Amino acid sequence: MTVTTTETIHASKSSLRWAVSDVLTIARRNMLAIIRIPTALVFSVLQPIMFVLLFRYIFGAGAIKVNIPGGYVNYLIPGIIVQTTIFGAVGTAIGLAEDLQRGLIERFRALPMARMAVLAGRTVSDLGRNVLVLVIITLVGFAVGFRPHGGFVNYVVACLITLLFAYCLSWGFAYIGLAAPNSEAAQAMTFPLIFPLTFASGIFVQVSKMPGWLQGFATYQPVSEVTKAVRYLMDGSNVLIPSAGNSVWVAILWSVGLIAILGPLATAKYKKVA
Amino acid sequence: MSDFAVEANDIVRTFNDGGVQALKGVSLRVPRGEVFGLLGPNGSGKTTMVRILSTILSPTSGSATVDGFDVVKHPDEVRRRIGLAGQYATVDENLTGYENLRMIGSLNHLDKDYVISRAKSLLDEFGLSDAANRNVKTYSGGMRRRLDLGAALVANPPILFLDEPTTGLDPQSRQDLWTIIENLVEGGTTVLLTTQYLEEADRLCKQLVVLDKGSIIAQGTSQELKTQLGATVLSLTFHSTGDAARGVELIRDVSAKPANVEGTVVELTVEGGPAAAADALRRLDAAHVSLAGLTLREPSLDDVFLNLTGHKADDDVTPSDDAPTSIRKARA
Repeated sequence: MTVTTTETIHASKSSLRWAVSDVLTIARRNMLAIIRIPTALVFSVLQPIMFVLLFRYIFGAGAIKVNIPGGYVNYLIPGIIVQTTIFGAVGTAIGLAEDLQRGLIERFRALPMARMAVLAGRTVSDLGRNVLVLVIITLVGFAVGFRPHGGFVNYVVACLITLLFAYCLSWGFAYIGLAAPNSEAAQAMTFPLIFPLTFASGIFVQVSKMPGWLQGFATYQPVSEVTKAVRYLMDGSNVLIPSAGNSVWVAILWSVGLIAILGPLATAKYKKVA
Repeated sequence: MSDFAVEANDIVRTFNDGGVQALKGVSLRVPRGEVFGLLGPNGSGKTTMVRILSTILSPTSGSATVDGFDVVKHPDEVRRRIGLAGQYATVDENLTGYENLRMIGSLNHLDKDYVISRAKSLLDEFGLSDAANRNVKTYSGGMRRRLDLGAALVANPPILFLDEPTTGLDPQSRQDLWTIIENLVEGGTTVLLTTQYLEEADRLCKQLVVLDKGSIIAQGTSQELKTQLGATVLSLTFHSTGDAARGVELIRDVSAKPANVEGTVVELTVEGGPAAAADALRRLDAAHVSLAGLTLREPSLDDVFLNLTGHKADDDVTPSDDAPTSIRKARA
């Protein structure tokens, strides 16, 4: 075994372009992992499909009734779109905890790469996975009878708002991943957050059918606002929630507000632990 | 440009708000183009030192330069000049060997075509061509270490930090890595290597320092240290602990170094092996103390530590702050 030494060739780019290149390199590597680890694939792709089928054909077959044109399936699918992208943020926490646990982040730290690329690359790859998930849910949704009336452009805008919100929220999950001692703990730490956010919301059932003490939280928490906005855009004629149009702006404000707080928090944590 | 590849001055590093002192003022001068060893047991501060020199950790106080660049003030300049590999073989399990090298090359901001050819030649040189397109998950421990070292070499760094590169490896894999390291140094690379094995330090390192509990307790060439430490260990096994207690009194002044008694076994580090053994036998024979066994052997790291510090290498070691933060947390 001999080691040849050759002339090292550095490519020349501006530092901003290098930062972008580093983020994409890390994101690409994370995407490959999502494709290659069967459990990750099940988690991010099969689970959302299961939720659609569960609520469409079991809970939604009669147990849950929502009185809108098109029936429960038209209520459900916009909600599932929000729910699955938020569930996807768990992957952000698990992925970062794993990289930290395996010492990979240490190796990255000793490379002349952009320091923020590890966090940015992780959140970008999770955004990429969420795009994939949205496409799948849309296809499955249409297959099970979802017929939105808001038009194509509004549908895309609704998806973009969902992606924006999930991206901003994923910085909070990045923080959890960095704070957790290992990936199992990271996963466990996300559930007490994920469940109230997605189930005590207007995603699956109308908030007005919940017990009185829960309605305040369930009405105004950000996931409900985003769900309202998505429903409004996708179906246009959602008569159940007056002033739903405002929720588009509320959802955007929540997203901006969340990343303004969670972004610096996760970054500070990253500098501390990595 | 500094005369030394690595220079560290009075490095102190504490953890847990000063509660744990991992390094208590360590200074090093690593000459260019040779293997420099940091020898010490777990928890001695070796890995902390490597993490500081590779810009992963900042020192609590003190300063260090790598290839003339300050590790705190110009970390990116340092990162462009170093490669880091070690016992934890931090390669990405979900990527193939080839993809790992491509990723590291890209993060080193190297030209794409260069990285492609460099990755292929490194995989070839390290005997990983056949496994190049397999997920690292399927690699053996030795293969992972070689890939890890390959990743550290993608950018052709003039200075290489190897943190316990052979810990936990089988003898053949260890030999392979030693050969690779020797070839690298022949090619002009400077290597700073940490190890727990005296044998490894002896084979590879021109100069070394011995760390114990965050301080340097000995330094010099491997030969100088060996002389200083006593070249041979005389190990005597008695028939009973009572005999051992009597025996150790009789032979104590055969060597200037302290004797180590464990049950019926007495160990003594001696200068002239056979002569010292004969001397000890004569004394025991004269006092009618008989032996169950006698051996002469090369000193192990335990012996080195016993001689230098009066305590054994694994005694009283504070929970290791050596492992990367995350790995430490995972163990806790």
